[in-house]
Amino acid sequence: MCGIVGLFLKDKSLEPKLGAMLSEMLVSLSDRGPDSAGIAIYGAPSRNEAKITIQSAKPASDFRDLDIELAKAIGAPVSIAVKSTHAVVRTAPAKIDEAREAMQTLRPDIRIMGAGDVVEIYKEVGLPEAVVDRFDVRKMTGTHGIGHTRMATESAVTTMGAHPFSTGADQCLVHNGSLSNHNNVRRELIREGMKFETENDTEVAAAYLSSQMAHGKNLGEALEGTLSDLDGFFTFVVGTKNGFGVVRDPIACKPAVMAETDQYVAFGSEYRALTKLPGIDNARVWEPEPATVYFWEH
Amino acid sequence: MPATKLSKAATHDQASRIFDLDVSSLRELNQALHNLTPGSNETAWEVLHPKGSHSVAVGVDQPVSIDVRGSVGYYCGGMNSGSTITVHGSAGPGVGENMMSGSIIVKGDASQYAGATGKGGLLVIEGNASSRCGISMKGIDIVVHGNIGHMSAFMAQSGNLVVLGDAGDALGDSIYEARLFVRGNVDSLGADCIAKEMRAEHLELLQGLLDRAGVTGVKPSEFKRYGSARTLYNFNIDNADAY
Repeated sequence: MCGIVGLFLKDKSLEPKLGAMLSEMLVSLSDRGPDSAGIAIYGAPSRNEAKITIQSAKPASDFRDLDIELAKAIGAPVSIAVKSTHAVVRTAPAKIDEAREAMQTLRPDIRIMGAGDVVEIYKEVGLPEAVVDRFDVRKMTGTHGIGHTRMATESAVTTMGAHPFSTGADQCLVHNGSLSNHNNVRRELIREGMKFETENDTEVAAAYLSSQMAHGKNLGEALEGTLSDLDGFFTFVVGTKNGFGVVRDPIACKPAVMAETDQYVAFGSEYRALTKLPGIDNARVWEPEPATVYFWEH
Repeated sequence: MPATKLSKAATHDQASRIFDLDVSSLRELNQALHNLTPGSNETAWEVLHPKGSHSVAVGVDQPVSIDVRGSVGYYCGGMNSGSTITVHGSAGPGVGENMMSGSIIVKGDASQYAGATGKGGLLVIEGNASSRCGISMKGIDIVVHGNIGHMSAFMAQSGNLVVLGDAGDALGDSIYEARLFVRGNVDSLGADCIAKEMRAEHLELLQGLLDRAGVTGVKPSEFKRYGSARTLYNFNIDNADAY
């Protein structure tokens, strides 16, 4: 099954509540997938720093003094904020790639969840309630976000097998369904130079979109491409730095419901994910059409 | 058990038994409905705050009326046998799945596979229905005031599907003997489904269905009828590509 949610705010006054609203939406879909859960939050941009969200199975030793060692390695100030098994490393935007490389040498066991100017990604094995509590997601602020609760059908039940998958700066994707041609697409993307961390089909979809956008397509055009190039069942919900997109395959057997008001656009696998949103009773509620791309940008 | 008339749904001579799902569990509601015995005086039920819950009023087998005040999730009214269920909101996937008799009225929209495999009774959707409406229907009558999505009435075997709006792609794919009446545009017909002549008996049948579903101001002559070309009943190697 899997449960997916997304929330794109239009009304700035809701931004302090983004984490709480998205958490509530995700927790309501817990019984769609007990294996792992994850959330990506797009916060406010800062002119002089970008972020890398990292994860470690031994946070106590891996995160200790990482900021000091990293600052020395890249020659720029670095800060680190630890949250349970995850940490957000901040440094100058121009130093992000260098920091990423240095980190893999300094701490070979850490895993990079995502990076960019605004995105933070938290994902772990376990139910949504446990995951949002562990990372204090309810207190997070932001402009938009996506979330996922996983019933594993492809690849292992591990932290890295949890969604969202992020394969480009500030880009991430959650998926309900299963792809049948992911091995072929993965091989083509590897030939292009993309790197993969798991055997998961969803990571391929995320990398496909990153590759399309790296070739100059906008989010809408990249999503359009999934309809011809990816085979299988899917409902994708995608976040970019300033955008939010949804697409379903032409058979559209995976459930999806959307709501739009003057204040937000929301996505849920089921209507119950949307029932606590403000003004939902008067929202425009609809099921996204098969093989149709929907996207919004700030 | 005779089908409950829609007109009876609103006339209660006693107070409703109210279940507030903010207070009671769904299991308590369904158990109380399953505990009903023939001749029970508890004929009117009201369900508050369903909040998209799954399986609301599934498996009811007594002629009671149930008003659900809000939107429901999967399988509302599944296997219904004789009750009249009104959803004052929208319904998730599989509303009225495998209904035997009685009626379900959805005031809002319905999600995928509304009325799937239904053997009898009447399902009315006052808004739009989504894909696979009436898939494998086996005798149920479905009336949709709005539009229906793709692959509706796939492998439909018996019963009537009435659509006042438009139908999506592949309507009636691999259909057997169900009758499909569509007033608006049909994006495409599925394998072995064809437009058919609307004879006097069909106009009469359709008028009856519209009346039972509370549709007024719409004439049966505004609809087109679709059904099976019956070329795929028996395997014929020349049709291999069509199966």
